[in-house]
Amino acid sequence: MIGSTFFALAGAGLVGLGLYGVIMRENALHRILAFNILGGGIFLVFGFAARRGAGAGFAADPVPQALVITGVVVAFSATALATAIVVRLAAAQVEERDAAPHAKDDG
Amino acid sequence: MSVAFDAVLCLLVVLAAIRVVATTDLRAAVGGFLAYGMLLALVWVRLESVDIALTEVAVGSGLTTIVILRAISRMPVAASSSSGSSPTRSARVAVGLTCAVVTLGLSGVLLALPDPAPSIAPYVAQNMPATALGNPIAGVLMVFRAMDTVLETVVVLLALIGVWAMVPQHRLAEVPGPLAPGRAPEPVVFLARALVPFGLLFGAYQMWAGADVPGGKFQGAAVLASMGLLLMMAGVVTAPAATNVRLRALLLVGPILFLAVGVAGWPLAGAFLGYPAGLEKPVIIAVEVASTISIALALVMLVLGPPAGSASS
Repeated sequence: MIGSTFFALAGAGLVGLGLYGVIMRENALHRILAFNILGGGIFLVFGFAARRGAGAGFAADPVPQALVITGVVVAFSATALATAIVVRLAAAQVEERDAAPHAKDDG
Repeated sequence: MSVAFDAVLCLLVVLAAIRVVATTDLRAAVGGFLAYGMLLALVWVRLESVDIALTEVAVGSGLTTIVILRAISRMPVAASSSSGSSPTRSARVAVGLTCAVVTLGLSGVLLALPDPAPSIAPYVAQNMPATALGNPIAGVLMVFRAMDTVLETVVVLLALIGVWAMVPQHRLAEVPGPLAPGRAPEPVVFLARALVPFGLLFGAYQMWAGADVPGGKFQGAAVLASMGLLLMMAGVVTAPAATNVRLRALLLVGPILFLAVGVAGWPLAGAFLGYPAGLEKPVIIAVEVASTISIALALVMLVLGPPAGSASS
């Protein structure tokens, strides 16, 4: 049981680290990675709760475990969608810049 | 001994996460993220959650990394120049302190949890015989919380529709961009020919065995999806276009069958998603097989991204 407390603390650490990355990193793809770390920390907190809920012959409470599996797949779907939007946005910005080649702006 | 192992493992996971967040080099961050995902999967094994470890290593770590790497390569070069100035030292300190407070607060809450931990494991144990399944997590996913799983298969589909919506309607018929530039090297082609039969068998096994041992449709679907991606990387098969009718039918078969079973539950079992008594196992297997096919294809198409045609390099 002492061991799983380490994992809870690691989960809390990942939440803080991910949050830092989401706020501080400029590249949007980098922020998506940081967001996944934040999510991983929250999943670990769930895993800790599941491990604490061991009983009735199970090594861990299966309900939070199943929720984490659902969460991992949904997080991946959201990551793929967010990534596609970031790439499209960058392409749109380039198109906009190319469409107005004479406009002399310092951007 | 195992406590020391756990402590070192946690330290490594946090160090990998620091590597991802602290660097400003995106490619280095992706490398760190892959290491982080692999280590996190080990953490899940230590938390007695092999089902989650399998999902994390295949979906959370593997497929996510491919998606980000592909996005880096598809980013227009002109857009990569950073805009604006880097954050000041005081901003870094302020944000760092805020995040430290969040971590410390969360740690405090986790350490102060009530000691006889609340658990619904006894209810699961009590009702498992009615599900005809041996793996309690499969029981939760397919029976007790089947609603979540239905919605999840729909969410994956919605994400794919969102990705496809990134291009105008008339470009939907184009195929997604190639996974690797140019001709695939011989070792990749060999790997695709040698590994894929075993991979397909293993993916199907994971789906089938998931009823009684760790595994299941998401893990199996992720393995099948990786095999599909390997075949495309080697140029053995070409990626289908989003307008491909067969592809669309297979993407829909899982969610539609799951929803149909759910609606049939009203007259047959008295509740939405109730399974007819005596037929639980065959119905669950049918839904799992259909969902595995749909999810595997959706994962492949999510990784491939929006249609790019021949215009993009």
